[in-house]
Amino acid sequence: MARIDIGEVSLEVTITGEGPSLLFLHGGDYFAQNRVFLDRLAGCWRVIAPRHPGFGGSVRPDGFRSVHDLAYLYLDLLEQQSLGDAVLVGSSFGGWVALEMCVRSVERIGRLALIDTLGVKFAGREQRDIADIYALPADEVLRRTFFAPERVAPDYAELDDAEAASIASDRAATALYGWRPYMHDPGLRRWLRRVRVPTLVIWGQSDGIVSPDYGERLCRSLPDARFELIREAGHYPQIERPDPVADAIERFAHAEVKS
Amino acid sequence: MKVWHFSEMAYHPAWPELQDSYRVVIPNRLYDPKIGADLYHRYLDEWALCDELGINIMTNEHHATATCADSVCTIPMAILARETKHVRLLALGMPIGNRNDPIRVAEEYSMLDVISRGRIEMGFVKGVPFEISPANTNPADLIERFWEAHDLILKAMTTHDGPFNWEGTHFHYRQVNVWPRPWQEPHPPVWMPVGSPGSAMEAAEHGMTIGVLNTGWVRTPPIFEAYRKRAAEAARPMTPQRLAYMALIGVGNTREEGWRRADQILDYSRTSGIVAPQFMNPPGYASVAQSAQALRTSGAGFRAGRIQSRDGRSIDPRRMTVAGAIDAGLSFAGTPDDVFDQLHAFYDHVGGFGHLLMMGQGGLLSHEETVANLTLFSKAVLPRLEGLGE
Repeated sequence: MARIDIGEVSLEVTITGEGPSLLFLHGGDYFAQNRVFLDRLAGCWRVIAPRHPGFGGSVRPDGFRSVHDLAYLYLDLLEQQSLGDAVLVGSSFGGWVALEMCVRSVERIGRLALIDTLGVKFAGREQRDIADIYALPADEVLRRTFFAPERVAPDYAELDDAEAASIASDRAATALYGWRPYMHDPGLRRWLRRVRVPTLVIWGQSDGIVSPDYGERLCRSLPDARFELIREAGHYPQIERPDPVADAIERFAHAEVKS
Repeated sequence: MKVWHFSEMAYHPAWPELQDSYRVVIPNRLYDPKIGADLYHRYLDEWALCDELGINIMTNEHHATATCADSVCTIPMAILARETKHVRLLALGMPIGNRNDPIRVAEEYSMLDVISRGRIEMGFVKGVPFEISPANTNPADLIERFWEAHDLILKAMTTHDGPFNWEGTHFHYRQVNVWPRPWQEPHPPVWMPVGSPGSAMEAAEHGMTIGVLNTGWVRTPPIFEAYRKRAAEAARPMTPQRLAYMALIGVGNTREEGWRRADQILDYSRTSGIVAPQFMNPPGYASVAQSAQALRTSGAGFRAGRIQSRDGRSIDPRRMTVAGAIDAGLSFAGTPDDVFDQLHAFYDHVGGFGHLLMMGQGGLLSHEETVANLTLFSKAVLPRLEGLGE
C-alpha cells in the first residue's frame, strides 16, 4: 500500500501493474472485493486505485466533504503524477466522482469507463433513481447489490478489528458525501455534455440499486458513449464478473487507440 | 429535588396494528385525528394539573412514530406557557442537529420564555439514530451540526445589540436578530440528554444540565461521575441541580395498585425501542468502533445491553416486568413508602442528583389513573424529597 500526499490529503493508494495509466475510483462499499478485477487490469495498465479520503486509512481533512472536493483532488492527482491520456474507471459512487472530474477537465483523461454509476438525477421529484440503501433491510440491499450474493458477501463475523473498522469508515464516508441530495448532484446533469471523452458505460444486468434503464439514460446523456450490459452481475459487475468487465474495458481502450 | 412530569403523548390506539417497527415507516392512516385530539387534550390536562400539584412539566419530541405523538416539543409548551402559572417548563428537547433552522429554535424558545414569564428550560438534543430518517439529515456530521446550532442559538439569544453575521459550516445568516429576547438572563437554563460518559463530559464543559434516561442502576453512576469530574476540571460550578434522572413511577395506595400503574407505564419501554434495524445505526452516527462491532454482530451489538439488571445482565425491554424494572433502577413503584425508599436507594447509589424526571404517564395508563398517580405522588412522596439534591 502506497501513500500519496496531495495538499492536505494523505491518500492510501494501491498501485499495481505496468503500462499506460489507469485510475480506478471505487464505490461506497466492498472495496476489498475489487482486488481480483484490479489485478486483472494490472496485466495491461499501471493501475492506480486510491481510497477516497475518509474511507479506510485515507485521511479526510476538516471541511473536505463534497464530491466536488474529490473531483478536484483526483484531477490534482493526475497532474501531480504527470499522467496523461489516462483511462479513468469509476464504479458506483466512484463513477459519480469520475463524471464530476470530466465535467471540469478531460485534459489528462483519454477514456472513461463508468460501471453502474450514480450521481445524476433523471426522474421526477417523487421517483427514486437510486435505491435508498439506508432505508431498506440489510438483506434486501444485499439482494439488490449482487446477482449472487452468497458468492460475494463477506462473513462479517469473521473480520478482524481493523477490517471491520475499515468497512465502518467506508460506510460513514459514503453517507457523508452522498446523504443529501441522495447520491446525486442536482447540477451534474446539465453539464454532462462537457464529458468530451470516449466513454464506455458498463452495467450489471441485475443491478437493483441503479437499474440498467438508468444506465442507458446516462449513456444517452453523454456526448460519446456506448453501453454494455454484463450478464449475471448486479451493482458491482467488476466484483462478480471481473473477466468480462476487464475484457470490455480492454477492447474499448484498444479500439479507441486504433481509431 | 425538583420533580418533572413527562409523557410522550403516545398514540397507543395504533399499537395493535404494529409489529416490527413502531417508527419511521408506519403510515399515518393508522392515526385517527379524532382520537388523537382527545388524547392531546387529556395529556395537556394532566400537565395542567401539575401546576396545582407543584410538579414541573417536561415534554420531548419524536417523529413518524406512534410511541410519541409529540412531534414538536414547543407546541404543548406554548399551550402550557399560558395555561400554567407556577411550575417550570422543560422541553427535552429540540433536536437541533436535525432541524435546519437554528434561528427558528431561538425564536420559539425566546417567545415561550417571555409568555411564561421566565419559566422555560431549554433542551438541546442530539437525537436517537432513528430520528435521522424523518429529518433526512446527514448522520455522519450530526455532532458537528449540533454544536454549531448550539453556539448559534445561544449567541442569538444573548446578543442584544444585533444583528450579527453567522457564516458557519452548516448555517448561514447575515442578519441574525432574534425578537423577542428571552425573559431569563443571560438565557434559559440549557439541558442535554446524555447516554454515555463521553457526552456527559461534553455537557459538563458547557455547564449544561444533563438528563439521563433509561440508564438504570448500572450505567448511571459512571455517567454522573464523568460529569462531576469534568465539571471540576473545567472549573464549572457543580451542584446536584446539574444532574437529572428519569424514572417510570407508579405509586398507589397499595403496592399492587402502584405496580399496576407502573406496569402500564412500562409499555413505553416495551414499545419505544421497536424499530426496523436499518434505522438503528445510520452510517456515521455511531463511532467507527461501535459500528465495526455492530457489523460483526449483524447490528445486534449496537444499542444492545442498554437495559441492564442490577447484576449486569442484559434485559430485553420488550419483556420487562415491573420487578425487573425496579431491579434495573428504571422504575420506582409501589406504595409512597416503596417509591421513596427505592428512589432514595438509587439516589445514594449514584451519588445524588437534583432533578427527578418522572414518567408519570406512559402507554395505556388512563387519564383517571394518571391523575391519581400524579396526585398521590405530589401528596405523599414529593414533600419527602425536600432537601434532597439541593
